[in-house]
Amino acid sequence: MMMASNIRPEPPAKTGERLLDVKGLTIEIETRTGPATIVDGIDLHVDKGETLGIVGESGCGKSLTMLSMMRLLPNKIKVTKGEANFAGRDLQKMSNSDLRKVRGGDVGFIFQDPMTSLNPVMRIGQQLAEPLIYHRGMSKAEARKRAGELLKLVGIPGAEDRLDAYPHELSGGMRQRVMIAIGLACNPQLLIADEPTTALDVTIQAQIVDLVKDLRDKLGMSVVWITHDLALIAGLVDRINVLYAGTVVEDAPVDALFANPSHPYTQGLLASIPKLSDERSTRLSSIGGTPPEPGRRPKGCPFAPRCPLAEAICHERVPSLEGLGQDGAHRVACFVAQRKLEAA
Amino acid sequence: MGAQPLMRIENLVKHFHVRLGAFGERAATVHALDDVNFDILEGETLSLVGESGCGKSTTGFTLLNLHRATEGKVIYQGKNIVELDEKAMRPYRRQLQIVFQDPYSTLNPRMTIGEAVGEPILFHKLATKAELKDRIATLLADVGLPPRFASRYPHELSGGQRQRVAIARALACQPKFIVCDEAISALDVSVQAQIINLLLDLQQKYGLTYLFIAHDLAVVRHISDRVGVMYLGRLAELATREELFEHPLHPYTKALLSAVPEADPAHERSRQRQILQGDVPSPLSPPSGCRFHTRCPIAMEICGKVVPEWREARAGHMVACHAVTEGLPG
Repeated sequence: MMMASNIRPEPPAKTGERLLDVKGLTIEIETRTGPATIVDGIDLHVDKGETLGIVGESGCGKSLTMLSMMRLLPNKIKVTKGEANFAGRDLQKMSNSDLRKVRGGDVGFIFQDPMTSLNPVMRIGQQLAEPLIYHRGMSKAEARKRAGELLKLVGIPGAEDRLDAYPHELSGGMRQRVMIAIGLACNPQLLIADEPTTALDVTIQAQIVDLVKDLRDKLGMSVVWITHDLALIAGLVDRINVLYAGTVVEDAPVDALFANPSHPYTQGLLASIPKLSDERSTRLSSIGGTPPEPGRRPKGCPFAPRCPLAEAICHERVPSLEGLGQDGAHRVACFVAQRKLEAA
Repeated sequence: MGAQPLMRIENLVKHFHVRLGAFGERAATVHALDDVNFDILEGETLSLVGESGCGKSTTGFTLLNLHRATEGKVIYQGKNIVELDEKAMRPYRRQLQIVFQDPYSTLNPRMTIGEAVGEPILFHKLATKAELKDRIATLLADVGLPPRFASRYPHELSGGQRQRVAIARALACQPKFIVCDEAISALDVSVQAQIINLLLDLQQKYGLTYLFIAHDLAVVRHISDRVGVMYLGRLAELATREELFEHPLHPYTKALLSAVPEADPAHERSRQRQILQGDVPSPLSPPSGCRFHTRCPIAMEICGKVVPEWREARAGHMVACHAVTEGLPG
């Protein structure tokens, strides 16, 4: 059974109203030699109805930033500075009991590996019902009915029968759909998807991306999609933040980012994706070297040691995120890119 | 290309016997590979693609005799290597190498990089102890690592550097043929590009033949001469890269290609994807006839009954599909 993707409802209207606003968030890890900075004063925001893509390589801090907002960091990793406002309230200062109402209630999560995120000895239906009973005060019977509807919503065939299944009885794609259903259970205002398709095959990946797109448009929520795959989110997001070594190096509307990538790191990332038009065996352009380890961050711009355009100033000072062009919607943290634009 | 076949795979079958149930009370057979036929040409990069569980890794393992084939032949230098015992296999092991997805679990954490790369050289007596150090330095240089890395341990290296070491270790045997089993799948995009370039350079330098097992079609399109598409233990289609990506014949290939995202927002938003519904059926009881018929958009009555023949639809373009055979649109 194959299905051409059908006509979608209009995406939710963007009001420009901030739903999530992270300011100067700094995360440190305790090591034997003292604290090391992993995320360095990161700023990011998501508007109501907006879908934000966060792109970066492993270890750039993309997942930690999202986990830290919800105060879900593992031991030895701490937020040392900054704030994270959700719908006008600072999540870092909220009491634990208030925060529990936000987690899984107004903010839904989908994690990368559903096998480790789902409880293996609990039936799917119970796991779906749990947040509904806790956050929305539903009775068991109501919650079970709603759980069946949710499974139907995420396209699980024979949804009602599946409520009594255990996670191991489902395939990887189905488990990921269950995770999405749990994330959506309480009609969140914000859905945070942390590499939700990385472990899945390309055909299932396409199913999941289309599913989230449809659900977002139907339910009118904001989405943060964390990934290392720029191509995957090209058709899904409104805006992209590119992360490198715990800082946002470029923030741009999706079309502007692909048409006019301005940070040398973004340019490098895009150039290392093989293209349809390439001849076989043409060398891919790659970024030499590897990202800095926490605790060994260079003094200036964190990308400077790998940057083909780096100048003396890049090794001395850290560039801030500045708007390019008139509306300032496209922002980049790079001395060279900023100067080029001023000259033009 | 007009190259000679380096390896000929004939009617290769691999079944795993497993026991199911809480107490292993039920015997069952996993049909991992069934009746697989293809040639690997000298100097080419042949890629195998397909979803997890389609048998692409099993193919790589079985044709290196790392899994014992249930039936069929793998002809290499005039010999059917899958019937050889471990001792008779040894001279071929040197020529036939494999690089895995996760170099961290394949490198011994207590061996230095130099020891790891030097071990196969000494085992196959490819250099004397006196020559060994130079040989290791040359191999490390081949994969773009400085000689001082020889005294380091795997945990001191990044993922990309470790994968370079795994490649150096495979090269140490002066192989003819390397199976790259998801060798770049675990790497970050920018590092992945470095390793792809490295593999291409080494192929030119040493005339290597690669069997490249991957699920990333953009990468496969970039590096392959020919591409084989597998579904549930059988080959669905095999053709040159241009043929396969420009003129796919099998409905499964078409669906697979249509699921690959492109780095182009406008194109992605407007594209009409053909999304396959459902999941791959279990290899414990694969569907009768064509194994794809349960998900196929153009399945006919015959597809559930008769296994489609593996035949040449156009020059050098092999496919197993009843609809293609009958010349139906599809």
